[in-house]
Amino acid sequence: MTSLTDTVPALPQRTLRYVGDRLLAAFGLLAMVLALVSLAALIYDILHDGVPRLSWEFVTSIPSRRAEDAGILTALVGSVYVIALSALIAIPVGIGAAVHLEEYGGRGRLSRIIEINIANLAGVPSIIYGLLGLGLFVRMMGMGPSVLAGACTLGLLVLPVVIISTREALRAVPKSLREASYALGATKWQTTWHQVLPAAFPGILTGLILAVSRAVGETAPLITIGALTYIPFVPSDIFSPFTVLPIQIFNWVSRPQAAFAENAAAGIVVLLGLLLMMNAVAIVLRDRFQKRLS
Amino acid sequence: MRFRVRRLAEFVIERMLFLCAAASILVTLGIVLVLLFETAAFLREVPIGEFLFGTVWTPLFSEKHFGVLPLIGGTLLTSAIAMAVALPAGLLTAIYLSEYAIAPVRRVVRPVLEVLAGVPTVVYGYFALQFVTPLLQGIVPGLAGFNALSPGIVMGIMILPLVSSLSEDALHSVPNGLREGAYALGATRMQTALRVVVPAAFSGISAASILAMSRAVGETMIVAIAAGQQPRLTLDPRVPVETMTAYIVQVSLGDTPAGTLEYRTIFAVGMLLFLSTFSLNLMSIWLRNRFREEYA
Repeated sequence: MTSLTDTVPALPQRTLRYVGDRLLAAFGLLAMVLALVSLAALIYDILHDGVPRLSWEFVTSIPSRRAEDAGILTALVGSVYVIALSALIAIPVGIGAAVHLEEYGGRGRLSRIIEINIANLAGVPSIIYGLLGLGLFVRMMGMGPSVLAGACTLGLLVLPVVIISTREALRAVPKSLREASYALGATKWQTTWHQVLPAAFPGILTGLILAVSRAVGETAPLITIGALTYIPFVPSDIFSPFTVLPIQIFNWVSRPQAAFAENAAAGIVVLLGLLLMMNAVAIVLRDRFQKRLS
Repeated sequence: MRFRVRRLAEFVIERMLFLCAAASILVTLGIVLVLLFETAAFLREVPIGEFLFGTVWTPLFSEKHFGVLPLIGGTLLTSAIAMAVALPAGLLTAIYLSEYAIAPVRRVVRPVLEVLAGVPTVVYGYFALQFVTPLLQGIVPGLAGFNALSPGIVMGIMILPLVSSLSEDALHSVPNGLREGAYALGATRMQTALRVVVPAAFSGISAASILAMSRAVGETMIVAIAAGQQPRLTLDPRVPVETMTAYIVQVSLGDTPAGTLEYRTIFAVGMLLFLSTFSLNLMSIWLRNRFREEYA
């Protein structure tokens, strides 16, 4: 790296310039590595605490006041019920809204208001949705703290995420496809239904999985609507009281005994495993989609 | 005849799609109305001055005081700690990834960091309470088992990918001509990054930071688990505090009957929370749109 210029009197200043350059790179690298190390520490801590406690009995047992007998069956089933139902609520409305904004919506004032409103809703803290669910579904509509009320609350919570991701998928569909369809005399809806939606389908599906996986981890809004922390039976229908996996974990974390902390860690391993699976499916779908378009 | 049926169907479908889009407005309206209704009922019994400026918060005790400042203080303290972690680390990571790192590193690191953003917050709560607090107790003297420091730091780790991803997007969309101009004038990469690229991306980076702040203010489970639930007006990060969000969780876990004053407190606190995150979000959206216009 030595060159003629290194011997000229301006040397100190020049080296100083590059010292700053190296420093910024070093600090940047350090910050990045620290973030990655925190992720590694998080995963290590959870696996270290949780895996020894994990067993088939743990997954198939109902909660118990004795830590070593307790399991996550009711929480797991509750999670599946609530998530499935909330997906049924959020997905049709969300896709409809996205299609309207992307394919039908002009640059009008109303569209702009709706757009800003959706961006804003995506940033509303989840616990506020819990208060909405408590006031609207649980009290005003008289659903009580049931599976249905929980699903409605989570459905509203993921709605903006569904809309935003679906719009992105629709935007990725080339304009030429729509124009070809119009040129053949298709109407707007025929074009949307027969050309745009099928072409965007893998992208939409990926977004939907990611949106739903967000709902899987939500705790605060369901606590707020009054979901119970201790449920010794599996919910039988949509009007039953329920609990979900993250609430069960929260319940165990808040107890002082170490044995319950182990249960919490084991519950977290199951929860993260579930999320990992959903995300893996989403990534595989995205990769296949990208290959087809390019 | 067939044309007419077709046109009618098109019209009905368009209206239905519009209703779907309008539903999002109804959600916002629902939130505002529910919060407004219960908050108004609350304020009929507690004067607004006492609520906003009182320094003692004990609605669940027999001797009731409704001063929300301790909850606001707890929220600001934990959020400030989170921002002190996430802003420098996130921004440095973004500069490194956008200006220094080779493409394969960026391709791998970005999604891995985004895993951090996808971890459920109850997991972070466990991490803060069971791992970070014991770790910090070895370093910080007098650190209580529940404190503001540990959840603050963990919250910072949680919002770091938000800051770094959005800032990196902003840095990335600065036109290359600006960088090349700086290089041509003999600037180093650091000078280019700090004096040309970062200022050019400033509104995008601010939008990311404000969004991160809003996320920290609204974050619930980490503070509910690891910060303790004692409303206290303090700047000391070593003692237990309670945030606005953690208070809502605390009341929801007990069985407070609907219609009582205690029940209404969570809506009044929720209203404050909604207003603060709402204004932060609007500011962030405004800044982001401005940035988009600059380099569209």
